[in-house]
Amino acid sequence: MILGYVKFLRCVNPGKINYVIIRKYMKTDDYHIKEEGKKQSVPTIIITPSRGWVSLKLHELWEYRELIYFLAWRDIKVRYKQTVLGAAWAIIQPFFTMMVFSLFFGKLARVPSDGIPYPIFSYAALVPWTFFANGLSQASNSVVASSNLIKKIYFPRLAIPIATVLSGVVDFILAFFMLTGMLFYYGYVPTINLIWLPLLLLLAFVTSLGVSLLLSAMNVQFRDVRYIIPFLTQLWLFATPIAYPSSLLSKPWQTLYGINPMVGVVEGFRWALLGTNTAPGPIIVVSSLAALSLLAGGIFYFRRMEKYFADLV
Amino acid sequence: MSDISITVEHLGKLYHIGRRQEKYKTLRDSISGAFLGPFRRAGNLLRGKAAGAAELDEILWALKDVSFEIKQGEVVGIIGSNGAGKSTLLKILSRITEPTEGKIVIHGRVGSLLEVGTGFHPELTGRENIYLNGAILGMRRTEIDNKFDEIVSFAEVEKFIDTPVKHYSSGMYLRLAFAVAAHLEPEILLVDEVLAVGDASFQKKCLGKMSDVVKEGRTVLFVSHNMAAVQQLTRTSLLLHRGKLISQGKTADVVKHYMSALINCSVTVYDVENTPRRYRDLSRQVEFLTVELENHQTTLVPADAEILVRLTVRGNEYVDKFRFSMSIYRADNTPVGNLLGPEIHSIKKGEVATFRMELHDLGLARGMYYCNLAIGKGNYLSKRTEFDIINDVLYFEIMAPGGEDGVMSEWYPSWGSIRFKEPKITRIAHACSG
Repeated sequence: MILGYVKFLRCVNPGKINYVIIRKYMKTDDYHIKEEGKKQSVPTIIITPSRGWVSLKLHELWEYRELIYFLAWRDIKVRYKQTVLGAAWAIIQPFFTMMVFSLFFGKLARVPSDGIPYPIFSYAALVPWTFFANGLSQASNSVVASSNLIKKIYFPRLAIPIATVLSGVVDFILAFFMLTGMLFYYGYVPTINLIWLPLLLLLAFVTSLGVSLLLSAMNVQFRDVRYIIPFLTQLWLFATPIAYPSSLLSKPWQTLYGINPMVGVVEGFRWALLGTNTAPGPIIVVSSLAALSLLAGGIFYFRRMEKYFADLV
Repeated sequence: MSDISITVEHLGKLYHIGRRQEKYKTLRDSISGAFLGPFRRAGNLLRGKAAGAAELDEILWALKDVSFEIKQGEVVGIIGSNGAGKSTLLKILSRITEPTEGKIVIHGRVGSLLEVGTGFHPELTGRENIYLNGAILGMRRTEIDNKFDEIVSFAEVEKFIDTPVKHYSSGMYLRLAFAVAAHLEPEILLVDEVLAVGDASFQKKCLGKMSDVVKEGRTVLFVSHNMAAVQQLTRTSLLLHRGKLISQGKTADVVKHYMSALINCSVTVYDVENTPRRYRDLSRQVEFLTVELENHQTTLVPADAEILVRLTVRGNEYVDKFRFSMSIYRADNTPVGNLLGPEIHSIKKGEVATFRMELHDLGLARGMYYCNLAIGKGNYLSKRTEFDIINDVLYFEIMAPGGEDGVMSEWYPSWGSIRFKEPKITRIAHACSG
């Protein structure tokens, strides 16, 4: 009777949390029984086949936040093991792309850069972009790569791609140090707008995660996804104003361009760090909405496909 | 109500299994198949066929209409032959995969020892892996902190705790992995033959840990092929057969049921020509047609009687030299012994030959047995090849001898399966009496 109400609880710390939840769902007469019984209540798990759209079970994900932390920490620890250059790779990747861009787009093709020196113009965009693109490609393969875990142990599967994208933050910070060095070199003084950077990073995170959730869940069934990812990131790179400014587009189109959430991120970074006069407010709003809908779609699709993971992966 | 730990109602799990591969008849077919296949698959998808099942037509109910209840603190064995659905049941109980139908209510945390060491990363140190693995198994960080020393000393890896586990010996690795899993302390523990790992002293430790778990009043589900282990560790058992629960009750009765009902003991002639082989890539240059327990009308064999096995084989190619070999197993799948015949037989192409194998003085104790038979050539020095292997045939039961031989009629499973010959014992020293 009581337990009928307590649907699907998984409590790692039975003492506290479960007690609260049980209390919430119980009728008053049941309440006393439970209270007298024992202070350490055990969680009740009900397993039934799920149909159609399933609940997101975000509270369960919250229960497992330490797992997300440990998985991300593992990814960070292991990423540059047995490499000669180690964590320097986090800087080399965007930095060399910047050099190539500066040479071909900046020097040879003379792509405009809103009056900002081309190297820092492109690097300021490449830093969040690298975070996004690496997160996307690694997280999309993460579920398949963790098949041994998925087939053996239960935990919220969402933890895997989340942790993978999250682990990219360390690389981002390293590349960002390089960016501050370049800002000094070119004599840019950061403005107060700097405080928006964490939110812009969050926007990149949400976008990366949203796409990764879709792709990683699809990847379980169709390994074609593995071959799509390099394509996708490359196309997306050129669909984002990294090598060129979004001011090439006329006003109303610029805002619409924000449907690609990375446009908001990149323009936001330039605005906060370099003080480009293109106030990206409307773009960022559009980008945020686009990113959130990507995330929502990704989570729902992922949760829906999740039940097949152990059988298919 | 509160003393019920697990309730399972009408549980079913459906798998889509692969359709047998179509054989391409011509090169043209296979090329056009390779080109058109993706389009056909994509078309199926767009038309809304269940995506994962697009090419998987055959279905299999791994579990069907299984219902049972397990009380809190019970230690329950789950037995059944291969493919009976034991592992599927554990997977559903541990929420790794979802059931297709039915309902399960579980009171308590579920911990599984389905496979220890899952999630260990070879590049990380022992210490780091304990935290990572603990988190994967659902432990809190503080919980791991508290148990850390206990885990390390249980695993006996104190010296190497800051060494990456890729440098561990396989024994150390397993011990550490088991130690983490064993300290999870869930209310319900699922164990899948994990005790077969490690050296003898560690196994003893594991068994000790398991009985501790039992003493603490927690529920344990124990899956094993080894009937002896199940009988040792559990009081009640469930018997699964082809996805259905067919018996449940006292372990001794369930094991008896398993052995009597599921093993066909009335057959003495096995026509194996068309039986699918467990090892499919055998050359079958010489293959078994029939095997027969020859000298006994029933499968009951008196103790110490000789056993005659008649083997009919066909040569599909000329083979100049081959031999028979046979392994004997107890019905609970414990291996008893193996015998290799002399490598002296030859066979022409298309020839059907019959052989008789005589087994004297096997010294088998009372109980049920079965055999695996093989035809092969070569030994460990020259390359050893088997032409054909058949499994699970020649079931027979050794009877207790009648008469005054009381030793034989009372035989405990823990004594093993062989009654060695009576030893010769002579007194070699005399004590002086004064």
